[in-house]
Formats: sequence, C-alpha cells, structure tokens
Amino acid sequence: MLMQTAAPERQKGDELVTLAGAGIQRSSRWLVRGVDFSIHRGEIVTLIGPNGAGKSTTAKMAIGVLRADEGKVVRKAGLKIGYVPQKLAIDWTMPLSVRRLMRLTGKLDDASLMAALSDVGIPHLVDAEVRHLSGGEFQRALLARAIARNPDLLVLDEPVQGVDFAGESALYELIRTIRNKTGCGILLISHDLHMVMADTDTVICLNGHVCCRGTPEAVSRSDDYRRLFGNVGAGLAVYSHRHDHTHLPDGRVQHKDGSVTDHCHPDDGHHHNDGHDHHHHGHDHAHSHGEETTAVHSHEGHDTAGPHQGDDEHGKNSHHHAAHDHADGKGHSHA
Amino acid sequence: MLDDFFLRALLAGTGLALTTGPLGCFVVWRRMAYFGDTIAHSALLGVALSLMLEINLLVSVFAVAVAVSLLLLLLQKRQALSADALLGILSHSTLAIGLVMVAFMSWVRIDLIAFLFGDILAVTPADIALIWGGGLVVLAALVVLWRPLIASTVSADIAEAEGLKPERARLLFMLLMALVIAIAMKIVGIMLITALLIIPAATARRFSSAPEGMAVLSSLIGVIAVVGGLFGSLTYDTPSGPSIVVAALILFIFSLLPFGRKNLSEQGTTSGGRS
Repeated sequence: MLMQTAAPERQKGDELVTLAGAGIQRSSRWLVRGVDFSIHRGEIVTLIGPNGAGKSTTAKMAIGVLRADEGKVVRKAGLKIGYVPQKLAIDWTMPLSVRRLMRLTGKLDDASLMAALSDVGIPHLVDAEVRHLSGGEFQRALLARAIARNPDLLVLDEPVQGVDFAGESALYELIRTIRNKTGCGILLISHDLHMVMADTDTVICLNGHVCCRGTPEAVSRSDDYRRLFGNVGAGLAVYSHRHDHTHLPDGRVQHKDGSVTDHCHPDDGHHHNDGHDHHHHGHDHAHSHGEETTAVHSHEGHDTAGPHQGDDEHGKNSHHHAAHDHADGKGHSHA
Repeated sequence: MLDDFFLRALLAGTGLALTTGPLGCFVVWRRMAYFGDTIAHSALLGVALSLMLEINLLVSVFAVAVAVSLLLLLLQKRQALSADALLGILSHSTLAIGLVMVAFMSWVRIDLIAFLFGDILAVTPADIALIWGGGLVVLAALVVLWRPLIASTVSADIAEAEGLKPERARLLFMLLMALVIAIAMKIVGIMLITALLIIPAATARRFSSAPEGMAVLSSLIGVIAVVGGLFGSLTYDTPSGPSIVVAALILFIFSLLPFGRKNLSEQGTTSGGRS
C-alpha cells in the first residue's frame, strides 16, 4: 500500500554524513550505541525517541561536537553545517543583538541576514537584544542564523521549542521549503512524536540504539515503535497523514464517508504532482491535534517566506499548506 | 608637574588598561573572574620560583600561570570536583606555596607588598616596552581569535559544529590571560589584577550594544581609571595600584546611576567596531 511500487522515491543525493556503529560512552555507560545511518543531500532525517534516548548525543556525534567512542562517523570533506542546539544560555553580560547573533560564526551580508529573519518571521527584531527575546523568538533567531549560513547540512535539535502552535507549523513548513530550495540535508530532532514532519524522508527511532527506522508511516506501524511509545493514537501523523481516507491493508482505500475504492480519487485533494496550484474541494483533513481537525481551504499566496503579520494567520495558512504538499512528497503512492 | 617616573607610570598603566579591556570582557562573559584570580595568585609562586632558580621573573610567572591553567583544564576533564572548588584549591595553594618558599629563602630580600599590590611608580623604560609590546601581541591575537572566541562564548557547541575550533580558542585565551597577568603584576600587583580586568568591562556593559563596542569601551574606561588613579595617588600620596582600582570602582558606580542613560548608550554604540 505505501511505498510499494510506484513510490516516487526521492532521488538520493550524495552522502553528507555517515554513522557506522557509532556510540558514545560516559562513565562506563553507553549513551547511545551502534548507531547506523546516513544523511544525504536533500534528505530530511528525523530522530525521535523518549527522554535520554540519546537524540542530542547522536546529533552532536554526527556533526563532530562529540567524538564517537566506538564506530565511525564520516563527514563529507568541507561539509558546511548549520546547527541549532537544544540548549543555549547566553550570559546577559554580553551585549548581543539579533543582528550580531546572525553573524556569530561567519560573515553575512545584510540582505541575506534580513531574508533569513523574514523567513522565520522576526524581521522586526533585527536590532533587538537577544536577552530580551522570548523563548520562541530566540528559537526563531537561532534557526534564522543556521539557515542564513546556507549550510550543506542543517542540524536542528528541537527547533520549535517554545514556539507557539501556529508558529510551529510555519517553521516546519519553512524547514521543508529550505530543503526543497537549497537541497541541503536536514537532521531534525523532535521529542514530540506527534510533531514529526510529513516531509521527513526517514524517521529514526532511538532509545539508546536504533529501534526502528523508515518512512514516518512505516515507523509508526512498526512493532518496535509501538512497544516504545505505545500505540499513540494514529502514530506519528502530523500536518498531513491523517487524511480523509484510510489505506486499507489490502491496498484499497476507505474514504471518510465509509465508501471503499481501489484507489484514491485523483481529484480528491491529493494531487500527485509538485507545485502549489492545488484546487481544493472542501474536505476535511483530520489532524492528529484535536483542536485542528479542520483545515480551511482558501489558497491565497503561498508565500510563507513573507514577513509575518500576525503569527496566527500565517501559521494556519502554512499549516494547511503543509497538509497539501504532503501529496508531492511521500506516503501516498498507489500501484 | 609631571616627573619622569610619573610619565612612565602613566604610559605603563594606559598600555596595560588598553590590553585588559577586551580581555576583561571575556573574563566577564565567560564567568572566568575566579579563574583570573587564580592565575594572578599563582603568580606569587612564579615569583618565588624565579628567585630560587634565578630565572627571568616574567618567564617564571608566565610559565606557572600556564601550568596552573593546564592543570585546571586537566582536573576539570575528570569532573570529580566543580570548577569552582578546583579554582579555590589552586588559587590559594599556589599563593601559599609561593609565600612559604619566599620565607625559606632567607637570603633574598624581596618587597612582598610590591608584588601583592604593585609598584607602578617604579616601572623602567624596559617595563614600558614590555607592556606595550606584550599588549600589542595580546590585542592582535584577540583580533585574530575574535570570531571563534565570541562564538564559543555564546555556544561552544555551535562553534564546534560550524568549524571554529572553540577548544583551541579557549586554550589560546588562557595563554593570553597568563601573559597579561605576568605583565600586569608589576603595575597593579597580584591581588588587584582581576579588578583591572573585571571592573572596566563591567562598567562598559551598560553603555554597549555589541561585544565589539564593549571591548573598546572597557579599554577606554580602563585608561580613564589608570590616569585618574595615578593622579589621585600623586595628589593624596596613596599607593598607586589600589588608587587605580578605586578610580575604576568610582567609574563603575557612576555607570550604575540612572542619569544620562541615553547619551551614554549612544556613545557606547558609536565606539563600536573591532578591537
């Protein structure tokens, strides 16, 4: 049913980072061990797992902040990394504006600087002092800093922590856009199982070791995943995967109204082509978040990169946007 | 009336203040005040070793400072004790060992007070050359290391991930600290060096909107403190080192007062740019 035959498998670019049997040991305890995966150009890899599963440790190992105590980590020569760490405490005694923060690790011209801040929705905060930012604003600034570097590999350790709900989906949408635009690889960490992006190519479920991996759908259906997290609702579906229809085990499709067909209707809202000019029929996209059960279909401009005027409106827009674009990514391919 | 010795003191003091300004900012940002103190206290061990082994004072003090820094790094890696406790141990034990060693060497007569509190009025032209020469080396190194140092102060992980080698920057920074403390010992003395590092930087904080501006401003504030302190010392016949620190403290207290906030903060930004 999923990813079987005609799956438009994303063309895998060259390998940016490869971990082979990599592990980190601290005071005779293995934080993570036997981690194997690679991140390719244009690929989004998401690490999920419970607290203490070694997600951040694995990410730090992948980018060389921590040295693997066993196994191998190979990074492409000259790999340019943009990193948003999980925790960051800046001593308030250092006067640091957002503008200066953007230039923390490299030169950056004003135009790119403003463009990145606009992308994350905080162009108005360019001259604000970092210590006066709210948690969510600071997180956006960090994300802007990382993407402005135009990295080959973007490593985002819980990039939306502290960001309001509407902003969250906008940022996930932005991450997706960046991948599509620049073709960089993205390593994303999420502790929130429900927040795994629809556009993730590979989900790696960690718990001291790699429990399971695969497409978001495959992982959410895997026994390991269920053992680890329980059968959490519909598994890891976010921003898209709960649609108005269900793919039945035998490959047929059950629609919201209960009817069963052999295929999705080509015009039922899931266009299998790229591009943003979807014409939408009013139908519901059920999301895993209760309060967001209905996405209103009114497509105006898809310019999520534009400056924010009101997070809420922006968020909703891109929220349903993400839901639609699901169709051009993975997941639904029908024999 | 400016005597020769007073002019030399001014030259030495301003040269030192220019150097300690940017360095002191990092001490404040990285919360290394106690580290600075520890290195300074260890200088007395350097003095004692220099007397015992008959080696150059500056070389000896610098070597001990570097050794203590490295020892600290090593002990921190073992994570058995907090950095705070380790610093306390190293700081006072090196000072104590130095004092004990000096007491054993009954054949040498040294003016301990001069080492502890400085004797800026006795600086020689060679000292001035050393201060300015060493100061320029330190400032040049800071300019080269500026981005990695700032980045690793904000986040060592980001700096490491994005290829700025924060460990190397940190190590070099410790060496610069050791060098400045070795140079500064003669001017303000072991007990007061940290004050010259921290107080001007803390004073500059309120008037700065960028790290670069804060570094430059704290140099200028340090210079004002040195000049003011030395004139005060001349006028009231007070010891020079403590007078400089008192002058710096007065500036700091001024910076806490709520008046003139706007004007001063503008001044802070315009003095920005690289150190």
